[in-house]
Amino acid sequence: MKLAYWMYAGPAHIGTLRVASSFRNVHAIMHAPLGDDYFNVMRSMLERERDFTPVTASVVDRHVLARGSQEKVVDNMARKDKQEHPDLIVLTPTCTSSILQEDLQNFVDRASTISDSDVILADVNHYRVNELQAADRTLEQVVRYYIEKARRQGNLNLSLTDKPSVNIIGIFTLGFHNQHDCRELKRLLQDLGIETNQVIPEGGFVDQLHQLPKAWFNLVPYRETGLMTAMYLEEEFGMSYVSTTPMGIVDTANCIRQIQERLNAWAPVLLNKKINYESYIDEQTRFVSQAAWFSRSIDCQNLTGKKAVVFGDATHAASITKILACEMGIRVSCAGTYCKHDGEWFKEQVQNFCDEILITDDHTEVGDMIARAEPSAIFGTQMERHIGKRLDIPCGVISSPVHIQNFTLGYRPFLGYEGTNQIADLVYNSFTLGMEDHLLEIFGGHDTKEVITKSLSTDMDLTWNSDSQSELSKIPGFVRGRVKRNTEKFARQNGIAEITIEIMYAAKEASKA
Amino acid sequence: MSIKISETLTFECETGNYHTFCPISCVAWLYQKIEDSFFLVVGTKTCGYFLQNALGVMIFAEPRYAMAELEEGDISAQLNDYQELKRLCVRIKKDRNPSVIIWIGTCTTEIIKMDLEGMAPELEAEIQVPIVVARANGLDYAFTQGEDTVLAAMAHRCPECKVRAGEEQEIQSESPQKFSFTPLGEATEKIKSTTKSRNTKPLVLFGSLPATVASQLGSELKSQSISVSGWLPAQRYTDSPTLGDGVYVCGVNPFLSRTATTLMRRRKCKLIGAPFPIGPDGTRAWIERICSVLGIETQGLKEREQKIWENLKNYLDLIRGKSVFFMGDNLLEISLARFLIRCGMIVYEIGIPYMDKRYQAAELAFLQTTCEEMCVPMPRIVEKPDNYNQIQRMRELQPDLAITGMAHANPLEARGINTKWSVEFTFAQIHGFINAKDVLELVTRPLRRNNNLENLGWTDLVREGN
Repeated sequence: MKLAYWMYAGPAHIGTLRVASSFRNVHAIMHAPLGDDYFNVMRSMLERERDFTPVTASVVDRHVLARGSQEKVVDNMARKDKQEHPDLIVLTPTCTSSILQEDLQNFVDRASTISDSDVILADVNHYRVNELQAADRTLEQVVRYYIEKARRQGNLNLSLTDKPSVNIIGIFTLGFHNQHDCRELKRLLQDLGIETNQVIPEGGFVDQLHQLPKAWFNLVPYRETGLMTAMYLEEEFGMSYVSTTPMGIVDTANCIRQIQERLNAWAPVLLNKKINYESYIDEQTRFVSQAAWFSRSIDCQNLTGKKAVVFGDATHAASITKILACEMGIRVSCAGTYCKHDGEWFKEQVQNFCDEILITDDHTEVGDMIARAEPSAIFGTQMERHIGKRLDIPCGVISSPVHIQNFTLGYRPFLGYEGTNQIADLVYNSFTLGMEDHLLEIFGGHDTKEVITKSLSTDMDLTWNSDSQSELSKIPGFVRGRVKRNTEKFARQNGIAEITIEIMYAAKEASKA
Repeated sequence: MSIKISETLTFECETGNYHTFCPISCVAWLYQKIEDSFFLVVGTKTCGYFLQNALGVMIFAEPRYAMAELEEGDISAQLNDYQELKRLCVRIKKDRNPSVIIWIGTCTTEIIKMDLEGMAPELEAEIQVPIVVARANGLDYAFTQGEDTVLAAMAHRCPECKVRAGEEQEIQSESPQKFSFTPLGEATEKIKSTTKSRNTKPLVLFGSLPATVASQLGSELKSQSISVSGWLPAQRYTDSPTLGDGVYVCGVNPFLSRTATTLMRRRKCKLIGAPFPIGPDGTRAWIERICSVLGIETQGLKEREQKIWENLKNYLDLIRGKSVFFMGDNLLEISLARFLIRCGMIVYEIGIPYMDKRYQAAELAFLQTTCEEMCVPMPRIVEKPDNYNQIQRMRELQPDLAITGMAHANPLEARGINTKWSVEFTFAQIHGFINAKDVLELVTRPLRRNNNLENLGWTDLVREGN
């Protein structure tokens, strides 16, 4: 048992439902007790979905516990088939059905004989995988199912499209800025003269999946979801894939160069020419995107050497770390991810760009790390934003889990060249603005807030006398916490119980030395 | 709809394929209500994910609840439940020092048959903190019924009280040991004798309400010379009311049937069956019922109700003649429907997760007389509704307002049907005379929004064929 009240990645079935409900005309039936359909609320509220979320529960209640589901699950699938005529019904196990160990595959087999829809059982184990891994698996499972079906029916079309084309794999519902990223990717690919063959799962139709092999290559923008599918397609059809996330100027260029390489495997034969994107990259980097110019401008100079902490899913945390370190000259004290299953990859990506790497899904560990590092800004999830609030450190949200305010109506991609602009804005606005910073230092701050006692550490064995307290309150708000902690640290090291002004000065002197 | 008035209420039961919150959500309001408590939800990631998302910002306020997240080793019994729970509870005691730890059993603990009730007394003795066990799981209950299971469990632990007819009350301390599984024992002490009020019979109200609402209801009763001798739950666990033979109890919420049963059968209390104090009509009926059971004549109640209605006039003008459809998810539906009918609305359907006809008998009878008096058709009451069927019915009926969960609210709005999110009624202050306005504030919000956006011509916001 684990004591917890916050988790970064949700339970497995959420991943399955996110993939299933991203496809069009696919219905998911959860084998779950009453109240486990909270996914519908999230999708309806966060994504502001206009349509009913195609997820229903086959309710597990006392009767099911006593006698087994019997006809119930099959009936529910048959009913949904009649009501909405979905192309595919995905039976989704939950933590509850994992323990019940009913033969769900048997229900699926029975239902598929009586319904017009295809029926599959999502192959995820609640206790082994989390939301993101489950999404990855489910996507692969659906694709595999339809490729194999097409192969059996003999309508698998393996000829490539005339023009260069790509499948974008892994854009789905409730993903962090996925809709905007997808639009930006399509635009980028169009600039490169590449047609988008299919985007899956978001907005895709399952009966089109057999057309996937027509694309020249696959693009997997996020590490968490889509890699399994891309690997399957590579194994099956020799389709190559690009999995470099085009986030930030450097990696967008890297991604485009890899695309170029993939295309040139076919281009000399099919197009009678070699493709070269170097001039496009140069033009975009220097003049279209503003981010490269921004990093040269004097604004960004003020950020040099400032400390930041990064935490999020593997894709976003790694990319943002690289952007901060290489493209903006910011010092990343710690980069971390909650994707423990992908920890090795993450380490490899960021090890030269930060002082410390943290791989954990325990939010208190992250909070303590931030309190210790005392960065000028945090780039993390909603949880880190709240940690930042408590510690008085600004935070830019760069990754799921997120709240409704991260599902913006306006256009906010993180990928591609427009993404670089958005990220530059986000980073810049998260730090205290340069000139403001100097003025505060010179004039002793403009806020009159009381002494902050917020801190994540709970040991309060020190007392401040009234003089030192009033001295502390004169220190500008944004550094007060740090001064307070440094002083207390000094006092503790020297076995001092009461903090006076003299101790404060001594602590300051000691820290300067 | 035909104008014909059906003679009696009709009850139907559908498939139970409806959306509601998991009953563990009750920790959200109960941990705030019971200030010295700590709620430990013994469940899986699924439960945690629900709480984290449903409770939003509360998560970040260092709440007095947490998950005991079961891992594979717990499920397959490779780890010892007792030792695991002990480890977590010792830590909770050290960090928070609560007066009571409430274990919330979930679906998973049911299925793996984790003997929470068996372990609690043992662990309680070992760590010296009372442990109350409530099985608020989605296998058996819906949403607000979670509170019912917690209060029923707490009712067992309230101190015992013996009342001699007509005399002062005396609390008998059953057990000298403070931490024991027998009722929370207090030193023998006298309840403040209520010389000023005429009732000498102790009255305990049950149902968790915000402190201000509880004191508002208390003062309404006080003006009828009734003093409330305790609330279940009290603001602090250590102030739990004394219960026993001769104590009168009355519910303030419609979803507390288990608690009512426990109070009657196990604690020998006398239950006052009354409509619930929601809306001015309900509040008056509730007070009248209590008074009549306690043998007190009411004073000025009719005028008080009348005055409240007059203050609501602006709201009533907005909703009179409008129709409403309850999809059903929190068991407040019967009372709210009855109040809205009194306000002049027409109710097409009352969906409700679970209908206890005995506990809600007075409310149901009141609903029926209200329909008759207002000359509107009796609504159909649909127990364990099927949301899909309901949406088909709504397409036909085109109600002016659907009271529904968030899963359906946005899709219905996109199809031009006004919605009010039903969970808000659970969290808003809706009890008593004073808060009648708040109910109507909620109900009319979508209608007022419409008045503002009326002539823009974009009510239907889905493409054809969807």
